[in-house]
Amino acid sequence: MIQYFSMMLVAVGLYGLLSQKNLVKLIISLNIAEIGVNLFIVSIGYVEGGAAPILSSVSDNSSLLFVDPLPQALVLTSIVIGVGVTALALSLIVSVSKSRNTIDITELSSGGGDSE
Amino acid sequence: MKRIISALIALLFFFMIVTVLNSDSSDSMGIPRYGEVKLSERVSAKYIEKSVNGNEDVINFGVTADAETGSANMVTSIVVNYRSFDTLGEVTVLFISATGVGLLLGGGRKRIGSVISVSPVVKTASRVIAPLLMVLGIYVFAHGHLTPGGGFPGGAIIAAGFLLLVVVDDEKRASKGLKILEGTMGLLYVLIGIAGLLISGSFLSNFLPTGVVGELFSAGIIPVVYSIIGLKVGAELSGIVDDFISEGGDEV
Amino acid sequence: MSVFSFIIGVVMVGLAIFAIEAKKLLTSVIMLSAMSLLSVILFVIMKAPDVAITEASVGAGLTTAIFLLSLRKLKRADAE
Repeated sequence: MIQYFSMMLVAVGLYGLLSQKNLVKLIISLNIAEIGVNLFIVSIGYVEGGAAPILSSVSDNSSLLFVDPLPQALVLTSIVIGVGVTALALSLIVSVSKSRNTIDITELSSGGGDSE
Repeated sequence: MKRIISALIALLFFFMIVTVLNSDSSDSMGIPRYGEVKLSERVSAKYIEKSVNGNEDVINFGVTADAETGSANMVTSIVVNYRSFDTLGEVTVLFISATGVGLLLGGGRKRIGSVISVSPVVKTASRVIAPLLMVLGIYVFAHGHLTPGGGFPGGAIIAAGFLLLVVVDDEKRASKGLKILEGTMGLLYVLIGIAGLLISGSFLSNFLPTGVVGELFSAGIIPVVYSIIGLKVGAELSGIVDDFISEGGDEV
Repeated sequence: MSVFSFIIGVVMVGLAIFAIEAKKLLTSVIMLSAMSLLSVILFVIMKAPDVAITEASVGAGLTTAIFLLSLRKLKRADAE
C-alpha cells in the first residue's frame, strides 16, 4: 500500500515539473518526487514481523528477525544529497532573479538580453 | 492545454508502475512484494550477522568482543565501515554544494533584518536554548554506533541551533572559523582513510581495536569518523544559512 | 496499521496536489514541510529509525528554513 502511494507522489511531482512555469515551484515539485522515491526504496527492505536493525540489551537477539538495513543506508545518503541540491538550486534562482528580474521560464527562455 | 497533457503523461507513468507492481511473474521483475522478503538470499544477511569475512559467531549485546565492526547499530556499520567510500562521495557532494552557495551568494557585509520585532524575553530564552540544542546535536553524533541517528542529523541539529540564534538576534553573523573548520574536517576524513591504507592494506579500513559491542568506546574508528562528519555537516549547513542571510555584495 | 498508513498516504497525495496548484509561493512551501513531517511517520511504520531522524531534522527543519529565506530575498529583488 505504501508502495502505491509513493509512486503516486512521484507521478504528482512529474506533473508539477511538466506544467509549472515558476522556477521555485519546479524545485518544490522536484522535492515532492524525491520524498516519493525515498519512501519506495525503504519499502523494498521491509520484512513482515521484523524489528528495527539495532542490537540492544532489552531484547533477545539470537532469534530475532531484522529488517533489511541496506536500503536504509542508501536512503540516508539520498536525503542529505537532496538538501545540498535544493540549496544550490535556490541560490542559482536568487542570482538569476537579481540579473534578469523575472523567475518565469517562458520569459527567461525567449532570448531577452542581459541587463548587466 | 499544457496541464492536461502533463496530467496524462503523469497518469501513464503511474499506470505503468502499477502494472509492474501487480504482476504475478516470478520476482515481479526485481521488485519483491511488500513484506515478503527472504533475507537469506540477500547480501544484507552477511551485514546483519557481521560475517563478511567469514566468522560465524553469534553477536550478543554487551558480551561479544572483537567482532567485525563492533557497532550495535547495523545501519551505522554499513554507512561508515562496509560502504565507507560512498559516504566519502556524499561528503564531497555536500562540500561542492556549500562552496557553490558561498560563491553565488556570500561575502556580503550587511544582513537582512528581521521582519517581526522580537521581545527581550524571546531573545534571552533563545540564548539559553541554543547551546542546549548544540549539546543535543553533539550527543546524537557521538552515540551514532549505539542509538539511531549518526553524523548527518547531528550536524543538522547543530545548524538548527545556529539558525535560532540568527533569527532572534539582528547582528549575529557566523565567524570565519566555520569555513576553516569545514575544510579541516574533510581533510581529516581522507587522512584517516590513508592511515587505514598504510596500516591494514585497504583504504578506509577499521584499524583501531573494536571493543565489546554496546559500550561507548567501541567499534574502532566509527565514532571518530561520525564525529568528524557531524562537525563538518554542522559547520557546512550553518555556513549555508549564513550565506542566505547576507546581502550587499562586497562593497567595503 | 494498514488503515493508518492508508489515511496518511491519502493526506500526503492531497497536500502534494495542493502544493503544486497553490497561488502563493508561501503556501506551497508550508505544504512541502507538512509532507516531510508525514513521511517521517511512514518511515517509523516501516521500522527505519535512522532514516526517520535524518528526514525529520534535515527535511522538515533545514529545507523549509532555506526556502523561506530565499523567498524573502526574491521579494526584495522584485521590489527594486
